[in-house]
Amino acid sequence: MPLRLLKYAISREHPAPRFFRDCVEPKKTYDVVIIGGGGHGLAAAYYLAKDYGITNVAVLEKGYIGGGNTGRNTTIIRSNYLTPEGVKFYDASVKIYEGLSEELDLNLFYSNRGHFTLAHTESAMRTMRWRAEVNKHVGVESYVVGPEEISKACPQLDISCSGQAPILGALYHAPGSVARHDGVAWGYARGADQLGVEIFQNTEVTRIDVKGGKVCGVQTNNGYISTNKVLSAVAGFTPRITQMVDLQTPIVIHPLQACVTEPMKPWLDTILVSGSLHVYVSQSSRGELVMGSSLDPYEMHSTRSSLDFVEGLTSHITDMFPFLSNVKVVRQWAGMADLTPDFAPIMGKTPIEGFYLDAGWGTWGFKATPISGKTMAETIAKDMAPDLIKSFRLSRFEDYELTGEKGAASVGH
Amino acid sequence: MKLLQCPVNGIRPLSEFSYGGEFRTMPDPDSCTDQQWAAYVHYRSGAPGYKKEWWYHMPSGTWFIAERNTITDKVSRTYLFPKREVAV
Repeated sequence: MPLRLLKYAISREHPAPRFFRDCVEPKKTYDVVIIGGGGHGLAAAYYLAKDYGITNVAVLEKGYIGGGNTGRNTTIIRSNYLTPEGVKFYDASVKIYEGLSEELDLNLFYSNRGHFTLAHTESAMRTMRWRAEVNKHVGVESYVVGPEEISKACPQLDISCSGQAPILGALYHAPGSVARHDGVAWGYARGADQLGVEIFQNTEVTRIDVKGGKVCGVQTNNGYISTNKVLSAVAGFTPRITQMVDLQTPIVIHPLQACVTEPMKPWLDTILVSGSLHVYVSQSSRGELVMGSSLDPYEMHSTRSSLDFVEGLTSHITDMFPFLSNVKVVRQWAGMADLTPDFAPIMGKTPIEGFYLDAGWGTWGFKATPISGKTMAETIAKDMAPDLIKSFRLSRFEDYELTGEKGAASVGH
Repeated sequence: MKLLQCPVNGIRPLSEFSYGGEFRTMPDPDSCTDQQWAAYVHYRSGAPGYKKEWWYHMPSGTWFIAERNTITDKVSRTYLFPKREVAV
């Protein structure tokens, strides 16, 4: 390291810039307490302060911000879903993302790549056509393309997939993008902090007090906080939080794994997804291939990752790109995905007054970060969920009005 | 967990097994309320801990019960589901 640089590192005059105040002890009471300092929780805090002027807000994070599923996903942003409700919702998210670097004054490395969902069978082609029509109807740019167009966009791809599963076509989705995921958490944290929100790391909620069907406070390892409004935005920890308030949900936790290769010169400028081969892949701005696969096959509350996963994934990725057989995987990890039976989130009010839920984000949470923050902020401020998230309400299960989104899950789960 | 004890075939690699979800008791559809039935159909006890689960040994077609800690992924015991008495 050059000495000149080292001088800055130890200089008191030039301290490292902090993104948010180092809050240590929470106050006795807040208007709103947000459990979970991931993208969703921090975005909700930011929009509560910015859109509704509610700044007496505490965000409680048991680890460090963005250290959960916000920092563990494969950073893909898209809106090519299957139900009109889903497409509208994720499209609103993509629109916010497009201007988010400017709004938060932080380079999120938002990069519009185009997104191909490859189809290797006739039945997969049928789903692609279905999704394309729903997308077009709602005004989202998605259409079905043939193998020639895929080859043109990505000449390195072996269209026959080593003869194992020839590609018949794809759903092309023009707005498909990637972004730097932890930057999204930091940006929202800084934005919220500047507006007066307090963020507490290493602060775990151990109990939620409910009296007469109303939330009245939370016990943390960092003191007791009384509040009438609590938002749970904790993804894979949701069942532990809902257990505290005795609320039943359909959520089960399965690990979802991902990995990156060593960095390469840029060669892949689109995002490719194959449901049949259980693979999604894009190249990050650092040059690594970011790859993910389907969920682990059984329930587990752990972020361990396995050799089985890398073996399966690399075997499929080399079907698509045989030349990658010499490239090394340098990191792998797992996140705890909170799955719902219809592959749509659970958002909004609950039977407990003042307890709001932002959960059920399974394998589709990162792309929804801005819009979930915005709509949950509205739900909390007005105590009424906006129309955009009505079909994601918890009571839909008791009403048998599910929002079937499984056909749009990135890979066959 | 890489290996699992099948009550019939002994210790086998996990790849031979399929997960059947948590063991749950069905409410009586004739006497339960619609809400209870919806809860049975959709809701799950997602919180971590020791759970009784259905597992299936695929090569031999054996369904059995495993008691597993869903945080540590350690299986404490596996056994065949006791035969139910069928009313004639």
